[in-house]
Amino acid sequence: MKLVVCVSLVPDSTTKIKIADSQTAIDTAGVAFIINPYDEYAVEEAVQLKEKNGGEVIAVSFGTDKSRDAIKKAFQMGADKGILIKSPVPDFDSYTVARNLADVIKELSPDIVFFGKQSIDFDGLVVPNMVAEILNMPSVNVVTRLDINGGIVTAEREIEGGKEIVTASMPVIIGAQKGLNTPRYPNLKSIMASKSKPIEERPQTYTGNKSEVFEMSLPSAKGKGKILEGGAASVPELVKLLREEAKVI
Amino acid sequence: MSNKILAFAESKDNKFKNPAFEITSAAASLAAQLAGCEFSVITINNCSGDELKILGKYGAKNVFHISLDDLNSKSGQSGFLYSHTAESKAVSEFAKANGYNIILLSATSFGKEIAPSVAVRTDSAIAVDCVEIDGESGTVVIKRPVYAGKSYTKVRFNSENIVLTLRPNVFKPVITGGDTEITEVDAGTLNIVAGDFRTVVKEAVVASGKLDVAEADRIVSGGRGLRSSENFALIERLASVIGAATGASRAVVDAGWRPHGEQVGQTGKTVSPSLYIACGISGAIQHLAGMSSSKCIVAINKDKDAPIFQTANYGIVGDVFEVLPVLTEELKNIV
Repeated sequence: MKLVVCVSLVPDSTTKIKIADSQTAIDTAGVAFIINPYDEYAVEEAVQLKEKNGGEVIAVSFGTDKSRDAIKKAFQMGADKGILIKSPVPDFDSYTVARNLADVIKELSPDIVFFGKQSIDFDGLVVPNMVAEILNMPSVNVVTRLDINGGIVTAEREIEGGKEIVTASMPVIIGAQKGLNTPRYPNLKSIMASKSKPIEERPQTYTGNKSEVFEMSLPSAKGKGKILEGGAASVPELVKLLREEAKVI
Repeated sequence: MSNKILAFAESKDNKFKNPAFEITSAAASLAAQLAGCEFSVITINNCSGDELKILGKYGAKNVFHISLDDLNSKSGQSGFLYSHTAESKAVSEFAKANGYNIILLSATSFGKEIAPSVAVRTDSAIAVDCVEIDGESGTVVIKRPVYAGKSYTKVRFNSENIVLTLRPNVFKPVITGGDTEITEVDAGTLNIVAGDFRTVVKEAVVASGKLDVAEADRIVSGGRGLRSSENFALIERLASVIGAATGASRAVVDAGWRPHGEQVGQTGKTVSPSLYIACGISGAIQHLAGMSSSKCIVAINKDKDAPIFQTANYGIVGDVFEVLPVLTEELKNIV
């Protein structure tokens, strides 16, 4: 099986966001970057499939040089090769990302392409299904369970209050949601082995963002809340506030 | 060029729910801001004529209806409910053939699944999960949360074709009344072929009566302070009394006490209900990110220094095991 996993590098989820002087991006000084947490489920699923069926796992990332770190994390989890589609500047929208990934995926012609369902920075849930449409492939995003049987995949997809059972033929694109599997912790052996795995660098093939962030801001600060310190005895007062002041009950 | 807006009204079991009304009203309001702009609603289902007319209450003068049975008949197969990929093509073909350049969808699980594909098919820019749409300056700019709500971006477009998804529970449905014309669209006119059914949904399983955190107007969430999976009965009891969905912090989901579908926060769901009651949740930054846009936040925690109290509108410093039963009783008497 030829398996591609698309990975991205994002600020750690514990990051306290500060806005950069440009007012259009975050200040990355002192920010720790990690592989997008949902991408770990994607890598794990691909590596498990390789372990079961043979084949190879290729980790692909679009981004600046820094994105190598996301590929390296995929290596530690068992990916075999990496491709960095290198963007000279971190200025791209989801369409640009999807077009560049689609060009490489088309050439690789894999059986399954895995993504994390969304990146935790821009929270789009856009790129996997965009790549699929560009390549005229089926795709299922927000997948919590995947079964493969003779070229047909059956995926469970999380929806409001339940799930959908979706079928499609391979080649297919799958967006991984938490719950799909339990991502492994790399051990010392896999970390050592990852150091000799190759990352091939490719130039960006498409530029031409269709959208542009022109302002970034922090949420407006809440006024000081009314905190009652009387434990259960404060309940009547709280209920009164919720009814009469907040008018939410 | 003048703009033309197409709003996709989503239905469930052939009934429209709030997102359909929200998107109709949002489209009406955007159309009013953009000079010479008209808007229509498109919907794909087997709804009755009376059900379709309900959209008129929210300002839809023109509703275009594609029969789901008619669309599905183009697949050459049976034994499925619907196909995201075929519906995406149907909406896109309709928009292209009739000159719609702005397409609005709800940021529901269905809308989010088809929006990227609609954007590619119609050669559009895309922005998802919008919480504000502004056309006052004559062009469209939107505001959307990023980093799970830790910050917001304003976005403009280098394209006249735009696809937007609107976060549920944010845009208010406005009842305006007025006449509605329902036009049936023959799926045969939309170039749908069997190959467009690239994915099909065989089954949709929804726990009956269970509200999802992402679409609930009230949420009661529990954290590690509940101490065990069994103790979430306290959360469920309060939720059922006030008609709320139950939510959970990442810690309790990782501990296996609650399903991950309930997780609120940066690696869970981002929610904006009218009322969010956080019980035994200390308020890690990832959790706060996912719920801080709630209109009213109530925190119950025994640690008065817990960060959750910094974000809360109201709070009680106290033991959840003592406070929750009293609160549940008190609310039972008034709701």
